[in-house]
Amino acid sequence: MWEIIRTATPEIVWAGLKYTIPIAVISFAIGLVIAAITALVRTSTPRGNQVVKGLWYLGRAVFTFYVWLFRSTPLLVQLFIVFFGLPNLGIQFDAWTAGIITFSLNTGAYASETIRGAISSLPTSQWEAAYSLGMTYHQVLFLVIFPQALRVALPPLSNSFIGLVKDTSLASSITILEMFMVSQQIASHNYQPLLMYSIVAAVYAVFCTILTILQHALEKRMSRYVVAEGE
Amino acid sequence: MIKLTHVDKQYKEHHALADVSVEFPEHQTTVILGPSGAGKSTLLRAINLLERPQQGQMTIGDLTVDFAHPLSNKEVLAVRRKTAMVFQSWNLFPHLTILKNITAGPIHVLKQDPAIAEKRALALLEQVGLAETAHRYPGQLSGGQQQRISICRALAMDPYYILFDEPTSALDPELEAQVLRVLQDLAKRQNSMIVVTHNMEFARRVADQIVFVEDGRVEFAGTSAAFFNRPTERIAAFLDAMKF
Repeated sequence: MWEIIRTATPEIVWAGLKYTIPIAVISFAIGLVIAAITALVRTSTPRGNQVVKGLWYLGRAVFTFYVWLFRSTPLLVQLFIVFFGLPNLGIQFDAWTAGIITFSLNTGAYASETIRGAISSLPTSQWEAAYSLGMTYHQVLFLVIFPQALRVALPPLSNSFIGLVKDTSLASSITILEMFMVSQQIASHNYQPLLMYSIVAAVYAVFCTILTILQHALEKRMSRYVVAEGE
Repeated sequence: MIKLTHVDKQYKEHHALADVSVEFPEHQTTVILGPSGAGKSTLLRAINLLERPQQGQMTIGDLTVDFAHPLSNKEVLAVRRKTAMVFQSWNLFPHLTILKNITAGPIHVLKQDPAIAEKRALALLEQVGLAETAHRYPGQLSGGQQQRISICRALAMDPYYILFDEPTSALDPELEAQVLRVLQDLAKRQNSMIVVTHNMEFARRVADQIVFVEDGRVEFAGTSAAFFNRPTERIAAFLDAMKF
């Protein structure tokens, strides 16, 4: 048995480093950008003439629909639609691209709500103070709003990220050789499903534990300006 | 000079500013007085466009904007770069050190060299007696200290006018005095200032001009001496009501 563990574990970990982690990291990064844009469109109010306002409301409706769609349908079904379904419309992706697109959009939909909440939790006076200095919208966002919103959003975003790392196991169903798929394949050869799936579970747990430790370190760093409670 | 002409602002039913025409002379301190809900803060916030009136014009130095149409971004930024605002609850940026709070505007808006901006910020902190706080965070300081720092943040922009929106209303009396002394000092140096306050003693001692606002209307605009001479019955009643 030790022999099986010794030979199978590196193979599973390697699949994790080659597929699971890259898919999760890339999808999360893209998802965050999508989420930030979605959150901004959904929190800001337009100024300008009727045409600008009209376009804005249209854009907002599109983003609202997107968030609703991806939060209301299962991730597995989304993966199947993008990878197996869209080719019927002549839109074809390789498995890797289909996975990244689906995971990014899915994470983006959830994270956008997190970021929207974090931005709304900041007092309007922060926007006003920044605007009163003559800052542009982008300067206000990047110098004042995002750094503070990120601190609020960090714990729920970390949750989403850890969730995503585990959800990448669904990529096995669209032929991606990530670590769950690898453990399945080994199990089908050596007839040791309990052992194989326990090993892969342990590897997921190790990955997620490392992420949790990173999260705490990051939280501590980002909260250095917050005075202890009760002061 | 800042000059408002027929400025009007309405929220649904409520007339926040009703046909306001008033001038704020340069190098003078104008204090805006009036009962609460009169539109004092709205008037002040309209000057740096945190509130957008729907009618009227505003001239600020060489710049005139017309509120009848939506202002362009360029106009808004140009107006804001001529003014700086000090808020009732100071609104410092909690995630930045004191030094960075003060230099953010000069570096990112005025495009000053960071080294120069920092030097200037430290000099300003020195003036208000808070040089040692430069590398601390706002949350570690008292309200009075934070308010003095927010005044430094405003001054660092070299504004044409400084706007104060009830700068001491959220402070304990002894902290209020610290902040008022800074304001008095700025007034003595002939900065152009507009101050919304409830502190009558400050108005009496520091104001060159008083603007009295009620129900969104400017009911009086004139010298401080004229105002405290109780020119109308309403002003007399207001002055009496402020006594206890």
